[in-house]
This record gives sequence, C-alpha cells and structure tokens, in this order.
Amino acid sequence: MDKFEKLQGIAAPMPLINIDTDMIIPKVFLKTIKRSGLGVNLFDEMRYDADGNENPYFVLNKPQYRDAEILVAGDNFGCGSSREHAPWAIKDFGIKCVISTSFADIFFNNCFKNGILPIVLPQEQVDILMKDAEKGQNARMTVDLEAQEITTSDGEVIPFEVDSFKKHCLLNGLDDIGLTMEKAAAIDAFETRAAQSRPWV
Amino acid sequence: MSPKTLYDKIWDAHVAHEAEDGTCLLYIDRHLVHEVTSPQAFEGLRMAGRKVRAPEKTIAVPDHNVPTTEGREDPAQMTEESRIQVQALDKNARDFGIHYYPVSDIRQGIVHIVGPEQGWTLPGMTVVCGDSHTATHGAFGALAHGIGTSEVEHVLATQTLIQKKSKNMKVEITGKLNPGVTAKDITLAVIGKTGTAGGTGYVIEYCGEAIRDLSMEGRMTVCNMAIEGGARAGLIAPDQKTFDYVQGRPHAPKGAQWEAALAWWKTLYSDDDAHWDKVVTIKGEDIAPVVTWGTSPEDVLPITATVPAPEDFKGGKVEAARRSLDYMGLTPGQKLSDIEIDTVFIGSCTNGRIEDLRAAAEIVKGKKIKVKRAMVVPGSGLVRAQAEEEGLADIFREAGFEWRLAGCSMCLAMNPDQLQPGERCAATSNRNFEGRQGRGGRTHLLSPAMAAAAAITGKLTDVRELM
Ligand code: SF4
Repeated sequence: MDKFEKLQGIAAPMPLINIDTDMIIPKVFLKTIKRSGLGVNLFDEMRYDADGNENPYFVLNKPQYRDAEILVAGDNFGCGSSREHAPWAIKDFGIKCVISTSFADIFFNNCFKNGILPIVLPQEQVDILMKDAEKGQNARMTVDLEAQEITTSDGEVIPFEVDSFKKHCLLNGLDDIGLTMEKAAAIDAFETRAAQSRPWV
Repeated sequence: MSPKTLYDKIWDAHVAHEAEDGTCLLYIDRHLVHEVTSPQAFEGLRMAGRKVRAPEKTIAVPDHNVPTTEGREDPAQMTEESRIQVQALDKNARDFGIHYYPVSDIRQGIVHIVGPEQGWTLPGMTVVCGDSHTATHGAFGALAHGIGTSEVEHVLATQTLIQKKSKNMKVEITGKLNPGVTAKDITLAVIGKTGTAGGTGYVIEYCGEAIRDLSMEGRMTVCNMAIEGGARAGLIAPDQKTFDYVQGRPHAPKGAQWEAALAWWKTLYSDDDAHWDKVVTIKGEDIAPVVTWGTSPEDVLPITATVPAPEDFKGGKVEAARRSLDYMGLTPGQKLSDIEIDTVFIGSCTNGRIEDLRAAAEIVKGKKIKVKRAMVVPGSGLVRAQAEEEGLADIFREAGFEWRLAGCSMCLAMNPDQLQPGERCAATSNRNFEGRQGRGGRTHLLSPAMAAAAAITGKLTDVRELM
C-alpha cells in the first residue's frame, strides 16, 4: 500500500450531505474484477449526462478542480453499500484525503485499506475548510498526518484526531494481512479454545 | 462480574488478540461471500500465495447480478461482465474449497437469506460478508456486519478482522403494533427518527415487546436496515422463537452439541443494569404504515402525510431535500397517497422471505394489478418453492405479477431488472438512493403489504384501506 505522509494539494468542495456509495460509483461499474481503472467513473451520474458528456457545473469537471487531491464534503459521506469500489474510484481519480463531519463506518474503514485518509472534524471547522476549498486552484491545503494538522491556504492550522494504529499503518504503508499473520499464534490458540467451548461452530 | 450488553458478551467471546490501544483481532465464525465484492480478494490471495484459512466456515453464493428469469443457467443470458464475475466465483469456490450454491442449486438465493435458511447463521456467532446488509443476521443474536473487499481478503487469509469496539445503543419498541403495521414500518420509522447517521459508531440492540412479538422473518427485516441507520450492526437477543427457527436446519448443531449450544445461547441477553451509550424508545402504537418520499432512507413519513417542503428542514438537509424532491418529481404539499406508481418490486434481503410473500399475497388475492409492471422475486430457491406449494405464486401470477427466480434483482439493478429514467417504483428493498434501481429511477420504500396495495390501486396506498 502507498504511504501517506504529508499532502499539499487542491481541495474540491462538495457541500452535499449523505453522499452515498451509489453516487460515488454507480453499480454498473461494480462488474469489474480489478481494483483499478474506476477513476473516470467516480461520481458518474453527477459528472456526466446520459450521453456521456461532462456536466460543466459538477465540481470535479471545473478546470480549477480537475486535479483535486482533497475532498471537503457534507455530513455522512460514503453511506450506503460496503463496496470498496468507492474508495478505489476516489483513489484512482487522485483524491487521497476526504474531510467531513462524519463518515459511514464501512466506507471509513475501507479508505484506510487503500491509503486514503478520511478526517472527521466538527461542523465549524469543516465550514472553514469548505470556504477555503471554494477559492479554487490557488488555494492549496496541506494535510500533515504525522503532525495531525491541516493548514488552510491562509495558514490557519486545524488539528485532527486519528486512530493511532490506523495512522501507523498509513504512515508506513503497511499491509494489514501481513501484520495479522504475525499474530498467527494467537489465532491458533483462540481456535483451540473455541473448539472446546463452542464445538458446534 | 460487571453487567454486559448482548454485544459485549459476543464481542468478548471472539477477541483473539487485543493490542494496548484497544485494537482487537476479532475471530470470525462465518464468512459469507458473493460474486461482486470478492474477486479482487481472491486475486489478492493468489498473488500473495495465501490460502483460505477456514474454508469450512466460508460460504459462497452468486446473487447480485444473476438474472432472475427462466433459463438463466445459460451463460448467454448474462452480460459479458456479469458472466465473468459469476464464473470467477465458481472458480474461486472450487479452487479454495469453500461451500458453494451455484444458480442451478435450489438453495441458491440472496446471501443473507441463504445463511439463516441453511443454519449457517447461529446465535452468538460473528458473521461477516462483503455486503452492508449482513446486519440481517443480527436477528439471531449474531454479531454480523458488512466489510469491504480488503477486509474480505483479510478474513479469508486470517479468519479475523481488525476491529475496535463500537458503542452500545438500545432501540426499544414498546407495546403492540397496530393492524397493517409491520417490521418494515418499524425499521423505517426508527431511521426516520434517528437519521441515516444516527447509529454511526454504534451497534444497535432492538428490544421491547413489539420486537419480541415479531417472527424471525420480521426480526431479520428490522436488523437488515440497521445499516441504513448508520449502525455497524443490529442485534436482537435470541429467544425460543430463534431456537425453534434454527433447530433442524442443515448446518445447525444436533444431539449433544445442540444441548451445549442451547445452554450458551440462553445466556445471550443484555444484563438488566448494562450500560447503554444511547437509548431510543418508540411506542409501537405510534408507528403507522410508512413510505419514503426522498432519496435517503431517513426520508420517511406515514402514508397519510403530505410531501414536505425543503424549508421544513434545517442545515444541509434543506438543499438535500430540494435535490431529492427534484429528482423524485414531487411537489411539496402533495398527498403521498396521490402518488402514482409505474412499477412494483417485491423482494430483496429486506423483504424476500416467505412471510413477506404471504403478506403481499393476502392483499393481492383475487385482484388485478393497475401498474405497468409488478414483480415478485423470492429471496431464495427454497422460498420460491414454498410459495409455489402454498399457492402464493398462482395468486401473484393471476393478478398480473411476474414470478421470478431468486436473486437481488431490482434491489440494486445490477442484473437486467432496471427502472427506466423517470419510472416510479414502490419497492420492498432498502435503498432509495438516486439511480439505485436504474439511472433516473424513482424509488419509494415500503412494506410488502403496502407494495401489494400500490400494485392493486396504481398509487401509493394506505394498506389499512384494503384490509
Ligand atoms: S438484496 Fe439488495 S441489499 Fe440485499 S444483498 Fe442483494 S443487493 Fe444487497
């Protein structure tokens, strides 16, 4: 997995609340058996009309946001299905950090597995970042995971919380499965105990 | 010992390892797999040269994009991409030696219906699946939740998940339900009250007299939509109804093992003085038959209400409601019961079980549909067979319904069953998101009886008027 350390980039504003996984990547694109190549279909139904032409009003189609690496979004981002195609599409587009007041649980977890940093902040701070993002191309935001700080284009610093284990994995680009396999002895021991106490499983 | 909730008890029984910061390896008893969220996980295993750690605890079934029309064993009935996914599952199941129900097997169906039906889902278990509606299995007092594909790979390789514990939330539905009010109305009413993010960070336990009174099918409907309320999982403590449902199923324990299991299962309830981080109480008699008007499952109103105006809301919801109404083609003040319906869909892991089909058939019996199209898609081949035996299939067919084979079908419209732009559907499924049932399609969520009523009258209808 790619490491996430410090990111300086353009942030795109998407103030809509309850952006669900069907909006992020409609199911017609779930038929792939690969993880890559979904970026062109990110937010497909908002981004293109029925004939496949770009909607010029959609934020990621505007010239100043085409290279956005950060998304500042409304409440409850990523609700809906468990499809990891949602973070795959976000990642493939080039977005590495999403900021909102809250995220759906499965989506939140899926982000970390793909080197994307989801950041939860109180409404007032998301509002500040939303305003900053609305300034467009020249407003580059900085997200420093090590220091747990976001710096706006005006130099305002906003600290954020992140789970220590998840932070460690992101900073070092660690693969969860490899880490867990190192604990195989604990899993073996658990299985032996469970075979005694709950043999019907 | 300090008092515990049901969630605490199941959690504690499954922690294989705990790190200092509280990050746990949670052992997984059952892993359900379907064709859409698993190919990349199996591919990952192959690339790393890893095996499936516990193939005997892993069960696969294709459901999301299989056709639900006759003759579907013929691969020509599927699009190229769907065929590749289903064939990948076939191959992965065989290569890794996991249990498998192909479309040609009568036991095939929606993964969350097949698990309980076959006795794979048992009280006190941890159950995961690469699908958010895994919460369904919580009806058995099993800790069940959806996971992403990376986690599917993690469970395949290690039989564990890296987890931190959620908080405990109690949702109590007191008293009795009024006639015409069902499990679907309960679960929608709860989301209407708490919002789609109200359960974020929590595992919900549903309790109270109205929940106790529900059948296992109804309890599955309630837990199924815990995820729409944002919760990681929904739970209902097992009781005699649960044990009766489980006993005798193909993979349920037997003999002395049954007795041992039962003894443990009977300890699976929340202690009287257990700690709850959040409590929501709703009176059963206050719940009416409900429908959704917007594009979020929290957009719930009693069928007797009118379409709201964006100004009725606060904050970000004002803009979201405006967008919803525009998408849904509705005008504030319009009566919900005046909304005309084109299509009716009865099925899905929320409401595709035998009891759901019985409830719908009772309303439909002897009448004809007034909508352009109505379909019933049983949740599994076994549900379908039982409905045929009970004569329900004939009732539906005679009324003008299509009687389909088992699968997810128009719940998410990955197979050919899709709405056209602007087409309005009364659906017993669980999501009314924009484009969920087909690009531009408009979805109203409701109970099977309410869906049947809409099919008969051609518009959203208070089912109590037909009872
Ligand atoms: S029926 Fe719908 S919600 Fe249930 S598993 Fe299938 S697609 Fe998901």
